[in-house]
Amino acid sequence: MSERGARLIKGATGEWEIVIGMEVHAQVLSNAKLFSGAATTFGAEPNSQVSFVDAAMPGMLPVINRKCVEQAIRTGLGLKATINHRSVFDRKNYFYPDLPAGYQISQYKQPIVGAGEVTIDLPNGESRRVGIERLHLEQDAGKSLHDQHPDYSYVDLNRAGVALMEIVTKPHMRGSEEAAAFLRKLRAIVRYLGTCDGNMDEGSMRADVNVSVCRIGGYDKFRETGELKHLGIRCEIKNVNSMRFIAQAVEYEARRQVDILESGGTIAQETRLFDARAGETRSMRSKEEAHDYRYFPDPDLLPLEIDQAWIDEIARSLPELPDEKKARLMAAGLSAYDAAVLVAEKETADYFEAMVAEGVEAKAAANWLNNEYFGRLNKAGLTVTTGPVTPAQHAAILEMVASNIISGKIAKDVLDIVWQEGGDPRAHVEARGLRQVTDTSAIEAAVDAVIAANPDKVEEAKKKPKLAAWFVGQVMKETRGKANPQAVNAIVNDRLGIADGG
Amino acid sequence: MSEPTEFTLAEARDAVRAKKISSADLTKAFLSAVESARALNAFVTETPERALDMAKESDARIARDEARPLEGLPLAIKDLFCTKGVRTTAGSHILGNFVPPYESTVTQNLWDAGAVMLGKTNMDEFAMGSSNETSHFKPVINPWRARNSNQNLVPGGSSGGSAAAVSGSLCLAATGTDTGGSIRQPAAVAGIVGMKPTYGRCSRWGIVAFASSLDQAGPMTRTVRDAAILLRHMASVDEKDSTSVDLPVPDYEATLGSGVKGLRIGIPTEYRIDGAPPEIDALWAKGAEWLKAQGAEIIEVSLPHTKYALPAYYIVAPAEASSNLARYDGVRYGHRAAGTQDLTELYEKSRAEGFGPEVRRRILIGTYVLSAGYYDAYYLRAQKIRTLIKRDFEQAFEACDVLLTPATPGPAFALGEKSNNPISMYLNDVFTVTVNLAGLPAISVPAGLTANGLPLGLQIIGKAFDEATVLRAGRSIEVAANFSAKPQKWWTA
Repeated sequence: MSERGARLIKGATGEWEIVIGMEVHAQVLSNAKLFSGAATTFGAEPNSQVSFVDAAMPGMLPVINRKCVEQAIRTGLGLKATINHRSVFDRKNYFYPDLPAGYQISQYKQPIVGAGEVTIDLPNGESRRVGIERLHLEQDAGKSLHDQHPDYSYVDLNRAGVALMEIVTKPHMRGSEEAAAFLRKLRAIVRYLGTCDGNMDEGSMRADVNVSVCRIGGYDKFRETGELKHLGIRCEIKNVNSMRFIAQAVEYEARRQVDILESGGTIAQETRLFDARAGETRSMRSKEEAHDYRYFPDPDLLPLEIDQAWIDEIARSLPELPDEKKARLMAAGLSAYDAAVLVAEKETADYFEAMVAEGVEAKAAANWLNNEYFGRLNKAGLTVTTGPVTPAQHAAILEMVASNIISGKIAKDVLDIVWQEGGDPRAHVEARGLRQVTDTSAIEAAVDAVIAANPDKVEEAKKKPKLAAWFVGQVMKETRGKANPQAVNAIVNDRLGIADGG
Repeated sequence: MSEPTEFTLAEARDAVRAKKISSADLTKAFLSAVESARALNAFVTETPERALDMAKESDARIARDEARPLEGLPLAIKDLFCTKGVRTTAGSHILGNFVPPYESTVTQNLWDAGAVMLGKTNMDEFAMGSSNETSHFKPVINPWRARNSNQNLVPGGSSGGSAAAVSGSLCLAATGTDTGGSIRQPAAVAGIVGMKPTYGRCSRWGIVAFASSLDQAGPMTRTVRDAAILLRHMASVDEKDSTSVDLPVPDYEATLGSGVKGLRIGIPTEYRIDGAPPEIDALWAKGAEWLKAQGAEIIEVSLPHTKYALPAYYIVAPAEASSNLARYDGVRYGHRAAGTQDLTELYEKSRAEGFGPEVRRRILIGTYVLSAGYYDAYYLRAQKIRTLIKRDFEQAFEACDVLLTPATPGPAFALGEKSNNPISMYLNDVFTVTVNLAGLPAISVPAGLTANGLPLGLQIIGKAFDEATVLRAGRSIEVAANFSAKPQKWWTA
């Protein structure tokens, strides 16, 4: 099959492939709203962060917040996208109580950011590129509260006017795993950039998923020709607000479409709502019922003119992004898997980098975190930011290993102690006498004692050199793990007359 | 000394500054004139207490020798400007008893310059009208009547209340707004000076929006000098209005008397319209003669797309209005219909009850021209026309410095005469809308009377941000016309 990575659905009449595009609304990290100076803090008292502009009082005018524009440009650069030197704000007209002006200021025909791409990392280690169609700036609406009073609905305008980036992908994803991988990667990118906090629980990142199915080969034809006719008719699924729901929603919707097509029906282009409780999608409005938004350029705002110098300045301040960081870590000797795990979350990457900054060699730091610390965190339901051990504490432990003060085995015990009690790992090692024995004469004495007590094993070992390990183990046991394993190894081999590495 | 209410703004300024009259006395004289002129219905809200407080403060400043440029001068404010703590209606029922918690930039500039507010003037609802008959607060009556006639005439619109207040000596000067002629047309038919500055010259912040890309505030005064004085203190760049322009505001008064010698005056051929009263053409020709006599050069110019201006205007302005007026939904402020069962009914009833027929008509037109399938045919084409009209002016201004045109196609008409025929009403704007579409400055100056004794105006149109030359040319017309007629004060009888 040519559709590498495509997720297929088996129907009675043959196999179908799933094609997915996404529209992600990412709330811009900014202290003030897109067109007003009101604050944007999540969870504030209802209607406490509302300016006259946000409430659409008569005669009020929007003024663009430069910071939000900068964040959009930064995000565009992070998506390797074209930044448009001229873009236009349009009004999208519709009536709703949480939309005070009766229109949302958005960008329709001329968005601030054009085509770009995101590389997604799949669980099987492969990478794929998902095309970005555009990114535009728009205002969020307020919130209608229908459950506060039996007879009334209430409106909270705190969110009204908050800046959103709507990021639209091309239909380049081939299954729910890819859709989830895309969202994870996009989230990582905006969090690295500091342009969105990516908090899906608080609604700072929300996804609408466009799903269609087509016969095998249709997608490849679409990619060759760019013609949408090779794809099936899509349905837009709204309200898919967690990574887990994306998989559920896509699977349900694709199966629904295949069932319709196989029973001779046709797919109606429509907007559907994902019901997380039932795990299904439900029709929200058909194409015919779609609003006529009467878009037109907002006469209160001049076209947004962005000069190259500003774009260059922002580009220079761009941080290292996940893909670049991963490549750098791999160049430093990390496996693709280890590197991917470390860069996936900005906090994890920062944590790792902090260890490296403390002087830990990259590969040692990666191994230690992946093998020792992340497992402990997972088990305790914690993350690098909520966990009890700091990068400096890890570095101190690993530094003691590197300078032969403790063995790798003792290091794990020290990690447990630090986890429980906190404090300086060096102090714990001193206080508990965990410093490993590197004094050769002491080790020699211990080795000699074991040899003397086991003459039969000595004879066997001379024939089967692998038995040397048994002697090493005994010595380690006698020294309660504190003997330097390399030194023990060398002395055992020497006493038994075995060549090193035997 | 003449009656204080007959002062020009400049005369009053000098008299107050020279302590020949106190601001309090001047203000009281106007308050009493306002009170005795209620038959004109020029004011929606009178603010005598505020006026007297402001006058007192002004007198105190004058006593301390701290007079500001407009210290103690009583003005009337069109009810489209939001005034902090004073009801602002936009001539509409839907704003109900809306009291803004903020002050528009233009009015704040005026108060900062020391001016005194007498009250808020009546206007066509949301500035949509050319006769003041669409006001929810009943029409304004023009102080002027035809010779030997008792018939009430309209004061033009939409700034009809301001025009009547200036013309009837109820204030020294007034603010207006002009979206398609709403300052210049009422000024012309009420025998006063009205100026629409370049789009972007005055901040729109705090002015209830009608059509955002066309709306512009300006002065309505008894003389061109007064317009020069008032404009200087209305205009400013404003960080709260992205479309306001950061250019220095010149001292227009200082250059007012420079005359028109050597100035090239363009006469646009296309402004000769079929069926215009001969008096209009005759006055226009006279205006050209006056300027020529003062040393100007008269040049015929062409503005070929003029005939498309009115249709384009009546697409662009309603389109923007349909969106701008969506916020009046009965949810947060203003009128809310009682006893509605659901959201849609709340919207429909509140808006149906709150908006008058002309506003509803324009919302419908605007919604239609922006609809899917019609956008390209109407809105987009209108925008293209707009670009062509702008280019017409740019080309004309390569050959001349200002344009001279009639201000209106006729004098004040009777109440009800055109209110049932929107098209004939819209034709009032035929000489003025082009200027709004191109964003240019223009002034209407009273230049003569009809055979029936009703005032007519001439319009000077200038290059963008060249208000100074427009005012100079306007002053030359004023000098030559020597227009001194005043309406009979029939309303005090």
